[in-house]
Amino acid sequence: MSKSNRLDTNQAKSKAYYIFSFVVVFILAFLFAFPLYWIITGSFKTKQEIMSTTPVWFPSVFTGANFEKLMSSRSAPLFDLKLFGYVITGPTVPAALRWLVNTVFMSVTSMLLTCLTAAMAGYVLAKKRFWGRGIIFSLIVCAMALPKQVILIPLLREMSALKMYDTIWAVIFPIVGWPFGVFLLKQFAEGIPTEMVEACRIDGASEWRTFTDVMFPMIKPGVGACAIFTFINSWNDYFMQLIMLTSSKNLTISLGIATMQAENSTDFGLLMAGSALASVPIIIVFLIFQKYFTKGITMGAVKG
Amino acid sequence: MANKKISVNPKSRRLMVHETVTAYLFLLPFLIFFVGFVLYPMIMCIITSFFDATMGREDIFIGFGNYKELFADPVFWKALWNTLIIVLVSVPVTCIFSLWVASAISKMPVAATSAFRCIFYLPVVTGSVAVTMVWKWMFNNYYGIFNYIGQATGMIDQPINWLGDPKYALGCIILILLTTSVGQPIVLYVSALDNVDKSLVEAAEGDGATQMQAFWKIKWPQIMPTTLYILVITTINSFQCFALIQLLTSGGPNNSTMTIMYYIYYNAFKLYRYGYGNAMGVILAIVIAILSAVQFKAGQEK
Repeated sequence: MSKSNRLDTNQAKSKAYYIFSFVVVFILAFLFAFPLYWIITGSFKTKQEIMSTTPVWFPSVFTGANFEKLMSSRSAPLFDLKLFGYVITGPTVPAALRWLVNTVFMSVTSMLLTCLTAAMAGYVLAKKRFWGRGIIFSLIVCAMALPKQVILIPLLREMSALKMYDTIWAVIFPIVGWPFGVFLLKQFAEGIPTEMVEACRIDGASEWRTFTDVMFPMIKPGVGACAIFTFINSWNDYFMQLIMLTSSKNLTISLGIATMQAENSTDFGLLMAGSALASVPIIIVFLIFQKYFTKGITMGAVKG
Repeated sequence: MANKKISVNPKSRRLMVHETVTAYLFLLPFLIFFVGFVLYPMIMCIITSFFDATMGREDIFIGFGNYKELFADPVFWKALWNTLIIVLVSVPVTCIFSLWVASAISKMPVAATSAFRCIFYLPVVTGSVAVTMVWKWMFNNYYGIFNYIGQATGMIDQPINWLGDPKYALGCIILILLTTSVGQPIVLYVSALDNVDKSLVEAAEGDGATQMQAFWKIKWPQIMPTTLYILVITTINSFQCFALIQLLTSGGPNNSTMTIMYYIYYNAFKLYRYGYGNAMGVILAIVIAILSAVQFKAGQEK
């Protein structure tokens, strides 16, 4: 076989393989998207359609009954703010709405606190040489390699001692302390030329100005990645919420659905409505910020 | 501003002090959370594992008592065994599956690559509770889609109680775990394959190398660091598989889906045996550390 011939057969083979792999990936993607499709359509199905032994692939009429049931009893205040000893209580709403408010508050607060603390810490770990830097960095790496769950029991007792048990802060603070964000932003900050920072210092800017005016704008893509990563992870983090939150008005949406399941374990219509409420907002956020998210995952892995 | 002059000599002690002070001021907000809510609990986990600790009374020091009891506990061994099965099945399958999918989609046009990458990431973003709920329905005895498809295609004669049967329950858990764990590896592999030197691949193909040869001889060595990272994170994730078990089977039937993670939860938050749970946490951490070290060693030798 001459060389050009062999190249031709190679090309023909690779073309066939390309088409084959496209078909297989397409089928797999369909299977991966199916559970989500099943949640969303399931939440609009009638009881008969849910309970039928022959699956109803697409609801014949879109019923709101499942969502109505989810929202049926008004049992929790929309919010309660504690200010200077006064408690401001919002109107009484269905518990699921309160859970959504809690989840949004938790995710946004964790995200803001994580980004701020991680950007500051990542900047100095990347750009400053100081005593104890090596120790701090190796502690961070060690903590990241250990399973998060081993700290839960001591954390529970600590939160009880600090009177934070069954408050949303008991979930937020450990998320902020988790060092992935610092690790990620240190990687970003290392990519910024040190001369930029030094030039700014020589021009007489204070350390804080150097950080806010030079460093922060330059690591913005990293901060974006860190933000979206923390937001999605804290929205979906279940174990910590399960252990720290107990009273109905303090639950998050995923924990709330899980609790509902204990009482209505086969009312799949209701459970799908709850699941849709928990997952659709975060999927929309993911799709909008997808680019940053992918960047965060890959940057965090470099030298991982 | 007094420090300005000294910065001519970078080894100056005063500059070092200045740098250290500013560095710690910047680190302070993070360190408060890190030390307070990550490091301190980790240390407490080790310390409490030597105590008989529960709610509402002082801890009693019992030395290695918890560990001795642990090694004599048949449920612990069952849990460890199940956890290892989950890890040994899901880690290789996740890696091979995600590598194949990533190499297939990375050859496609950019829009298709990012669309597929998104779809495979969806089960992760959907969140463990929502994912678990829908699978619970799909596996259901009466209204589940699996029994319908199995019967319609003649693969099974009568409905199977997937999650209630010790023969199938662990397999079902592993299947769900797989769908939620390939998302991140695919993202990582796609970006790693993008970074492979294209000219080397083209040169090899120009010399008549087949696709397989080009892959194993050129791409595979270059994506080795990514593979290592994926092995480590997938191992850790598989060890931590918890929500699925808590919501679907609670470790049952007959402990057939009991894992270390769930057994820790069960001891600590159902039986309030904090010390015993912590001892298990320490063992789990040691097992994970050893496995990660072995994987790194093996990866570096290649």
